[in-house]
Amino acid sequence: MIVFDGVTKKYPDGTVAVHDLTLEAPTGKITVLVGPSGCGKTTSLRMVNRMIEPSSGTISLDGKDTGRMKASELRRGIGYVIQHAGLFPNRTVLDNVETVPRLVGMGKKETRDRAMQLLEQVGLGADYAKRYPSQLSGGQQQRVGVARALAADPPVMLMDEPFSAVDPVVRDQLQDEFLRLQDDLGKTIIFVTHDIDEAIKMGDQVAVMRVGGYLAQLAEPAYLLAHPVDDFVADFVGRDRGYRGLSFQAAPRLPLASERTITLGESARDVDDDWVLVVDGDNHPLGWVEPRRIDGEVTSERLHRGGTVARASGPLRAVLDAALSSPSRRGVVVDDSGALVGTVRPHEVLTAIEEAERPVVENPDNPGAPAA
Amino acid sequence: MIASTWQWLTDPVNWSGPGSIPNQILTHLWYSAIALFVASLIAIPAGLAIGHTGRGRFFGVNLAAAARAIPSLGLLFLMVLWLFPKFSGSSGSAAFVVPSLIVLAVLAIPPILAGAYAGVEGVDPAARDAAKGMGMTGMQVLRRVEIPNAMPLIFSGFRSATLQVIATATLAAVVGADGLGRFLIDGQKIRDYPQMAGGSLVVAILALVVDLLLGTIQRYAVSPGLTGRRTSASRRGRSDGVSGSAESAGRSNTPLDVEISDPRRTVDSQPS
Ligand SMILES: Nc1ncnc2c1ncn2[C@@H]1O[C@H](COP(=O)(O)OP(=O)(O)OP(=O)(O)O)[C@@H](O)[C@H]1O
Ligand SMILES: [Mg+2]
Repeated sequence: MIVFDGVTKKYPDGTVAVHDLTLEAPTGKITVLVGPSGCGKTTSLRMVNRMIEPSSGTISLDGKDTGRMKASELRRGIGYVIQHAGLFPNRTVLDNVETVPRLVGMGKKETRDRAMQLLEQVGLGADYAKRYPSQLSGGQQQRVGVARALAADPPVMLMDEPFSAVDPVVRDQLQDEFLRLQDDLGKTIIFVTHDIDEAIKMGDQVAVMRVGGYLAQLAEPAYLLAHPVDDFVADFVGRDRGYRGLSFQAAPRLPLASERTITLGESARDVDDDWVLVVDGDNHPLGWVEPRRIDGEVTSERLHRGGTVARASGPLRAVLDAALSSPSRRGVVVDDSGALVGTVRPHEVLTAIEEAERPVVENPDNPGAPAA
Repeated sequence: MIASTWQWLTDPVNWSGPGSIPNQILTHLWYSAIALFVASLIAIPAGLAIGHTGRGRFFGVNLAAAARAIPSLGLLFLMVLWLFPKFSGSSGSAAFVVPSLIVLAVLAIPPILAGAYAGVEGVDPAARDAAKGMGMTGMQVLRRVEIPNAMPLIFSGFRSATLQVIATATLAAVVGADGLGRFLIDGQKIRDYPQMAGGSLVVAILALVVDLLLGTIQRYAVSPGLTGRRTSASRRGRSDGVSGSAESAGRSNTPLDVEISDPRRTVDSQPS
């Protein structure tokens, strides 16, 4: 656990970057610091590994005051990932990943095996090991940066906008991969971003900061979306927070209708409906077709692929989106293996939402207070 | 003129015995090597220290710029006048050789210093930050990250200094020391123009050959990650959107382009 206790940072020029910050980052969880540019996120993060020294207050790691440790020792036990990866251009990918284990004197063989395994885990096969950073794309460099930070298996990770320099598609991929990795590793992580969507997605808890270095609100993502503590947080959390909040609500038991389907290659002639769902041999949905516009067999090119598919066990947001995006207005719902379970209409999803419970307000006098 | 120069160069008389072309080449190289060694001993640690700490930059830069402005010939005479009495007891030539070496070292310091400090200063701040953040001490950051990545510019500065020193080592002859300058000075005394032209040509060729040699050493001393040279294995897989900056940095081995006054110069932005 990382604990900030009344931490203030005042730079020599008088800028107060962090103001009396008190915060706990629980063991094994991701704590996200989010806020507008210049609100002191990076400063807060870098005080943990003493790249910046606090002006007052203490930061402790599992009960030990970091200010009393030797800075280089402290840092070797903390994984550090930065925005532009900061790989060493003169070293191969493998050598980059092996940096910290070698620094702490881990065995050669052990180091090599661990580095190769980590590269695999971040999605870079053995082919990449001998390359140099200049031969990698931005996203690949960022993966190496993550692998390098994990190499000595530190219990704590600090990540400063690790995915913000790549395009949205790659960013999404990196986030998903990292969350999967974290499921296995259970590191104690402080993650900095200025992107509220990323914060909501990555965080077990989210700390919203405001310029001047003030902590505006600390809460779990769902709670934050439902109960922003003030106008600043409400504004920062954004407009579609109602819709995005559905991400955190598991779908209740929905009234699923069974759907008549045809398989690819069959004729749709005798279907008496505007739209019919096409599935493959395993009953996995492929797309919709309009029977009256097709003579003969249904081919892959004729499929309407606009509709999204939701998992029955997934969040309400995906189910609603499936219903809204389906050309037949019947949202396709599948089980965890991807096989069709049934379809659901938008009004049925909305009814389910209305009937679902809102996240509980713990303290009615202060509806934005952290969920204890 | 060309024919007579050629004649001088190929005359067997000039290729053996004391004062012959090979002997003077060796002496010339020896003086240059000592001067460069002494200059490196001073300029590289100083340059690395300035680049690493960011301190003393103003002082170092201006001192080096001032050193560049010193006329070598003037300094040479000054050194001889100052040192001659101190060497009067020892064997004759030291009184002329030592001042020459000092002049050459003073000449070599600015480019070497500039290369070292610009090289370290130009290291990607993110790489430096990461190195420190993962627990490297200041010395470890310098040795494992800053110096290896500064190598292209350190070499640049050193090669630039080498060219200047080899060209200027001819001055030693003005005060009576040996080296290829002898041919220029002696030739001029007796108006033997082929000898002067031939001597100059040998100096120029020597400088080029040495530079070529240093260029070859550089190829092996600098990480392929910085030069864009790649193994065939890595070339094969390299299809996905990578900037060409590494390649351009690799080709820019021209030794004369280290400019001390440009703080933005980095390994990557060096013009080719
Ligand atoms: N070395 C410094 N000296 C003086 N002021 C600084 C220094 N570093 C940061 N600041 C100031 O402290 C404040 C917080 O900076 P910080 O880098 O922590 O912001 P941030 O939240 O990470 O912003 P961003 O999202 O833009 O990265 C800013 O006002 C910044 O200008
Ligand atoms: Mg920042």
